[in-house]
Formats: sequence, structure tokens, C-alpha cells
Amino acid sequence: MRFMRIFSRNWLLIYASLYVFFLYAPVVLLPLFAFNASSIIAFPLTGFTTEWFSVLLETKALHRAVQNSLVVGLITAVISTILGTCAARAMIRFGFPFKRGIVGFIMLPLVLPEIIVAVALLVLLMQLGFPLSIWSVIGGHVLICVPFSVAILSSAFQGLDKNLEEASMDLGETGWGTFWRIIFPLILPGVISSLLITFTISLDEFIIAFFLTGTEVTLPVYIWSQLRFPAKLPSVMALGTILLAMSVLLLILGEWFRRRSAKRQGLDASSTRGFMQ
Amino acid sequence: MLSREGRQGLTLISPPLLYALLMLAAPLAMVVTFSFWSQNYLDLDTTITLKNYRDAWTKPIYRVLIMRSLNISIMVTIVTVLLAFPMAYFLSFRVKRHKALWLFLITIPFWTSYLLRVFLWKVILGYNGVLNSALMGLGLIDEPMTFILYNVNAVVITLAHAWAPFAILPIFVALERIDRSLLEAAEDLGDGPVRRFFRVTLPLAMPGVMAATLIVLIPTVGDFITPKLVGGREGLMISNMIQIQFGKANNAPLGAALAITSMVIVASISLVIYMAGRWFRGRTP
Repeated sequence: MRFMRIFSRNWLLIYASLYVFFLYAPVVLLPLFAFNASSIIAFPLTGFTTEWFSVLLETKALHRAVQNSLVVGLITAVISTILGTCAARAMIRFGFPFKRGIVGFIMLPLVLPEIIVAVALLVLLMQLGFPLSIWSVIGGHVLICVPFSVAILSSAFQGLDKNLEEASMDLGETGWGTFWRIIFPLILPGVISSLLITFTISLDEFIIAFFLTGTEVTLPVYIWSQLRFPAKLPSVMALGTILLAMSVLLLILGEWFRRRSAKRQGLDASSTRGFMQ
Repeated sequence: MLSREGRQGLTLISPPLLYALLMLAAPLAMVVTFSFWSQNYLDLDTTITLKNYRDAWTKPIYRVLIMRSLNISIMVTIVTVLLAFPMAYFLSFRVKRHKALWLFLITIPFWTSYLLRVFLWKVILGYNGVLNSALMGLGLIDEPMTFILYNVNAVVITLAHAWAPFAILPIFVALERIDRSLLEAAEDLGDGPVRRFFRVTLPLAMPGVMAATLIVLIPTVGDFITPKLVGGREGLMISNMIQIQFGKANNAPLGAALAITSMVIVASISLVIYMAGRWFRGRTP
């Protein structure tokens, strides 16, 4: 009876806990198997080892893939944040003809299946006789990252006080000067958060990279090629653990910058605005 | 003649717009053109033909794959949205402090490599997998269950996991926007919790539910990693075939026709869902 009463009162909390357990179930296994001594990915665990991490240090192909992914991620982050800044600023500050259509078109990759984006770019590059390289991957990644950047930066621009700009213009600054001296410092946290998130998205992206990568593979494409070999799996788990730790770190940093930006503009820092809009 | 503001806005938005035109509109137009061409061993035959579309619509293998992809995607969408709703409700109505932290907690697992997450489901659901060993260890089953890996179930479970935050977040946003005084009003007017939920909360949350449905439905049709890793033979979807046509089979025009066919079908289903949502909202102002 007592149990039933507790259950009926707290069933939502119980459900939420189970759901979070479901969400974390696969991720928790990653470090477990990364440090497990057995080379077979199955329970029971056999013992502790860091062997799989040292295997990673010796794999040349992996280092090359990491290097490629970092280059792709960095360039993608910079280009998509610049494009995202333009779009977000125009969207928040100005009214112009066909605004809804133009903004909708820029945000379209958000709802397009990645395989369509990948296939479309592949076909175009093939027709133009463009060789596949890390640049074709960057081209695709920028396309899917711009909408995220726009979403993050438009909330940064939204909090901007229009009077500050006008004051700066009245005091004789040029438009460009106002941007660098007034607007940019205020949206800087948003810019950094956009850089971090687009970098993380590019680092994890597989489908576009799979279609558009040439001989220089990115990290997810390398992982895909390793999944076929059972002997390689433990070191893939170790690699995944490192990646997870890095992604979480980057995200916490990004979130921290987002909150700072909110605080700087006097918004409620704990609000969830900008997290999704 | 454009106003000064309009000109400024257009100038500012032109770089991202040009990029999207160049890298999205042009490629999409190219795919459409491609789908009317045909592959002649190594060369492309650029005579316009409907052959690819005829194949896509009449050859049983493609029809089976397209229908199965739709079935799986719709199933995944229903499961994901149904599972996500109570979670979003919990976040919006029960969590009083640290909401942002909870949201963060929900999104963290999704920043692990997608490939690895799908692969880990294979580890969980497999014959000697985590789930089977755990259930056997507890004495709940005598021999490993085989119906959970390498079939449609595995694809649904894995995708319902992969798209969870994309369903939770829009529903959460819609629930957050609900004016709490409306709920009190319903209560004062004599509605019980259940009636209140169905007459006030759910209709007002509908835009979020619709958004979640579309956000999950559209990309799942395009996934080919999950079916390949956990789907087995009967779990293969149309995207696997598209990938094969662009890769091993070397028939890009057919691949393009298949891609466009599935996109058009998904787009029309999405449109129907969107219209249904608007109609629903129109009825309950």
C-alpha cells in the first residue's frame, strides 16, 4: 500500500530517472570497456588495463586522422561562425525583403537528412571535376554548422542594446568601428560558444565526411573503418572515451561562455534561452 | 527602391545566403538533373530519361526498402515522441531549480561519437551482450534473447535513443510557454488532473509535439549507419541502398533518383503532419 502511494506520487520522477538511465546506458559502457583487460567487448569485465590507450599512441593512421579532424573542425568553426554572425545580425537588427524565405533557406540544413546534403555535394563536386579532399568535407560541414551558429548568435544579438550602437555612431565612430569596439566585445561570449559548438559538431560528424572525404580521412571515418575488426575494438573504446571527455569539456566551456554573455547583458543566467532558440 | 535598412540587411545576409545557394541549392539542382540521366558503365549518359524513377517505383527491392524505411521512421518517431513527452513534462512542471543543468545532463550523452553510440547499442543488445548477460545473471531468462539485435527492433531502440534530445527539447519549450494560470483556471472550473491535461496542457503543447515529430521523422529516413550496424538483413533501409548506389554499385543517377523519391515522400508526409497540426491548433484556440 505504502509503496503504491509513493509510486503514484512520484511516478514522473521514477520515469525520468529510468529515462536518464536509458540515455546514459551506452555512454557509461565506453570507459568500462576502455579500461577492461579483455580484448572482447563483453561482460564480465576481466581486469584493469591502460594497454588500449597506449595502443592509440602508436597508431600512425589514427594520428593522421586526428590531425585532419582538428584542421577540418577549426576551419569549419571559424567560417561557419563568421557566416552565422552575418546572418544572425541581419536577422535580429534589420528588416529586409524576403527575410523569412532567406533565413529559412539558410536554416534548411537543420532539417535536411545529412545523406541528402552529402550526396548532393558529392554529385556537384564530381560534375565539376573537383577532387575530394578535406576541403570538400569542410564545405559540407560549414553548411550544416551555420544554422547552429545562427541560433546561438541570434540570442547573443537579441540582448544587445540598440542605444549603445547609436551612441557610438553619434560620437563619430564608423559602422565598422562600432562593430569592433562596441558590438563585438558584447557578443564575444556568444561567438566563442558558437566556435566551440560548431567545432564539436564537425569533430563528430560522420555521414558527410564519409561521402566527401578523399584519401585523407577524418576521425569518425577512421573509427568506422576500425569497427569491422574485432581486435581493434578495445582501442576504439579507449579513443571514444578520450573523445567523450573532450566533448564534455568543450561543451561545459561553451555553456559557461553562453551564461557569461547572458549575465553581461543582464539576462537571467540560469534561463534556458539560447539553449534551443 | 529599397530602404537603407533593407539594403544593409541584405548586404549583411548575402555571404551566408550565397554560401547556401552555392553549396546547397546548386548541389540539390544537380542531384535532380542527375536523377534524369543514366549510368553507362563508366560514363554518364546525359540523355533525359525517366528510367531511374521507373526503377525506383516499380522494382520490388526499392519499393520494399522505401516502405520499410518509412515504417521504421514512423515507428521510431512515435516511440521517441511518446517516451520524450513525460520527460519534457517532468522537466517543465516538476523541476523547480537547476532546469538548465537538467537539460545539460540530457544532452551530454549525445556528444559522444554517433558511430560509437550505435555500436555500443550493438554491445548492449547482442547475443552475449550486456542486456542478455544481466538478465541471465538475474535468472530472469534461461537463454539469450535473439529477437532484439539485427532486426527492426534494434533499429527502433537505437534511433529512439539517438534522437531523444531532439524530441525532448521542442516539447519542453512548448510546455514552458504555457501560461500556468490557465491550468489553475481549469482546476477552478472543476477539471480533474486528467481532464485538465487533455483539455489544456496537451493542446497547448501540440506545437512542440509537432516540431519534435518532424525533427525526428525527417532525418531518421536518411540514416544508414544504424541499420547497417544493428539492423541485420531485415533492418536495411533505403539510405543503405542510396549509399550502395553511390559507392559499390557505381550508379549515381539511380542513387539520386532514390534519394529524391524518398525525400519527396518524406516531405509530403511532413506537410500532412504540419497541416494536421495547424488544423488541430485552429480548433483549440
